[in-house]
Amino acid sequence: MKSTSISSLAIALGLTFSPLTYAASSTPTGAAVVTDNAFNPAMSLILSGGYTHASQDPESYRIAGFDLPKDAEAGPGTRGFSLSESELDLSANIDPWLRGVANIALGSDNSISVENAYIQTTSLGHGLQLKAGRFFSDLGYVNSQHAHAWDFADAPLAYQAMLGTQYADDGVQLTLLAPTDQFLQVGIELGRGRSFPGTNTNRNGAGSSAFTLHTGGDVGDNHSWRAGISTLHTKADAQELSSIDANDHEVINAFTGITDVWILDGVWKWAPNGNATRTNFKLQGEYLRSKRDGDFTYDTETSNLTDAYTATQSGWYLQGIYQFMPRWRMGLRTERLNSGTPDYASNQVNMTIPTDDARKHTVMLDYSPSEFSRVRLQFAKDYARGDVVDNQMVLLYQMSLGAHGAHSY
Amino acid sequence: MLKKNVLMAVAVISLLIQSNTAHAALRIFACEPEWGALAQELGGKLLDVTVATSALQDPHQIQAKPSLIARVRNADLVVCTGAELEIGWLPVLLQQSGNANVQAGKLGNFAAADFVKKLEIPTQLDRAQGDVHAAGNPHIQLDPRNIALVASALSTRLQQVDSANAGQYAQNLASFSQRWQQAMTRWTAQAAPLRDVAVVSRHKAYVYLYDWLGLKEVAVLEPKPGVEPTASHLQGLLTSLKTTHVRMTLYSAYQDPKPSEWLSKNGGIAVVKLPFTVGGTDAAKDLFGLFDDTLARLLVGANTK
Ligand SMILES: [Zn+2]
Repeated sequence: MKSTSISSLAIALGLTFSPLTYAASSTPTGAAVVTDNAFNPAMSLILSGGYTHASQDPESYRIAGFDLPKDAEAGPGTRGFSLSESELDLSANIDPWLRGVANIALGSDNSISVENAYIQTTSLGHGLQLKAGRFFSDLGYVNSQHAHAWDFADAPLAYQAMLGTQYADDGVQLTLLAPTDQFLQVGIELGRGRSFPGTNTNRNGAGSSAFTLHTGGDVGDNHSWRAGISTLHTKADAQELSSIDANDHEVINAFTGITDVWILDGVWKWAPNGNATRTNFKLQGEYLRSKRDGDFTYDTETSNLTDAYTATQSGWYLQGIYQFMPRWRMGLRTERLNSGTPDYASNQVNMTIPTDDARKHTVMLDYSPSEFSRVRLQFAKDYARGDVVDNQMVLLYQMSLGAHGAHSY
Repeated sequence: MLKKNVLMAVAVISLLIQSNTAHAALRIFACEPEWGALAQELGGKLLDVTVATSALQDPHQIQAKPSLIARVRNADLVVCTGAELEIGWLPVLLQQSGNANVQAGKLGNFAAADFVKKLEIPTQLDRAQGDVHAAGNPHIQLDPRNIALVASALSTRLQQVDSANAGQYAQNLASFSQRWQQAMTRWTAQAAPLRDVAVVSRHKAYVYLYDWLGLKEVAVLEPKPGVEPTASHLQGLLTSLKTTHVRMTLYSAYQDPKPSEWLSKNGGIAVVKLPFTVGGTDAAKDLFGLFDDTLARLLVGANTK
């Protein structure tokens, strides 16, 4: 009985156990008692929720100079008590060659969405890996991390403004890790381009492509780092964007064209003797630059005026997280966007260019009673609207139940 | 741009695949220093050994940093403890390495704990009991009898992975085993006074050591596995220790000595820092030094008034 429960757990947790070798190597006394449940995927549940206070109405949230789709997930979310993104994660080996992963997001509005659902090769070798399905793109640093692994309750403004908070697509990804002692990984992704800055359309071929390059290593025993450059190319067809026009009216405009986003990312970690258990420090920053080129339609509902459009916009954030004693961390993030000077051609008269850049300063303190639980308090002065300040306070819990997760760098 | 992205990737990828370096020595990625040292004993010049962690790091909590991913990518054999000790980081390294030969269950993946009899296998799995190790206590390296078992299994594995040099590995094992048996006889004799001595541990990391030497663990400073000692827990321990005769409190080189020192000062018992693995103290230079120094420190602790 004891050995059955432990062997089934070993299969569930040992992400890459193949059933055949398992039976041969781990049960010297005889065949494993295999029940239907023994091959269940490793399962973990992320429970998250909290309380949000915002001095401005989140309904009126916008990022000055950056037009976003009406349903964009930008801003502090709902005020008061609410569930944050809770999530069910499943993963297991499919056969000796493939692994499958699914992350099902449970929204506070009772919605269930497929955040990730992909298959991945485990035995191509030569440092190659192929992924297919829906997955977070490898762009930048925070993009591929799950929200519960972020050091702040929300994504950086630059991600909210230029990557739809977190870029996930349906497609394929090929990565290669170089056979060198220096970490050097390149990746190529081809996708549908279903989410901002792309749009979901009825077309053959790929609607988006991405190229990623990351490198990293150690400096002595105390320091490690990773840096990268990535680019995303997407197509948009009649992408509806909510904007404030020159007459201060909320209008729906549309963009058809291509978007190229370039991202530089870097993270540097310090821990005395490489032992991060007691104290450690992490410095992280990213710079995003987005160029949109195509046609812009002003006020699709009434005026419906279309002309050429180009815009080059950028943004960055820099953050530091310090674990000053076991279980306690504090963090500071500062960020700024530059909405540039978009060229609306003849539509210029209908649109305004904001005078104040969006910017935000955030502090946080978090406490982790164990490896599986965390409570965070976060304050932000959010000038995303440009002229007015939104004072935000977020109290958040994040818990992980079930299979012991392993953490990426 | 789309075409440019694809071309860029294809160019870089083909360049990197071709630059596959030819390497003479068998590349070993050892998760902990004790297995790096053992591989060195068994392979010597035939191996190029990378040790992922140091004795000053907590093997439960290691970051899956880029340098380690790159090393696993190029490894011919990954030698780790297993039994879920590295569950928080090794799966990420294996998965991101893109190295098919070292995945769990493959010949290039060696888990030392598979070859010893594990103690403290929990009958109930509940995280209310802390970060319990479901496969049993993974800290197997402080019993030299386990080292002997792992040595012969690892030598067998080296002979399988690098069959061209099988004879040399077998010869190295014979030499190591002989020296190890002699050392064990010496250690067992030296350690006789430690039998039935009552001790307090910092973490449940020494059960195999106690099993070997007959030390008696009467308490653990961590209230639950993986949970840092709290003031109230320490206070409670101090009170309960008044009625038991405890000789020393033990902690490992990578741990914060303060809770053990506090108990030592207030409870009037000796505090002993153990190297825990190769490199944990100056004297623990190799596996022989690890046990020489561990015993020397325990004997000093047991004799402190
Ligand atoms: Zn442990």
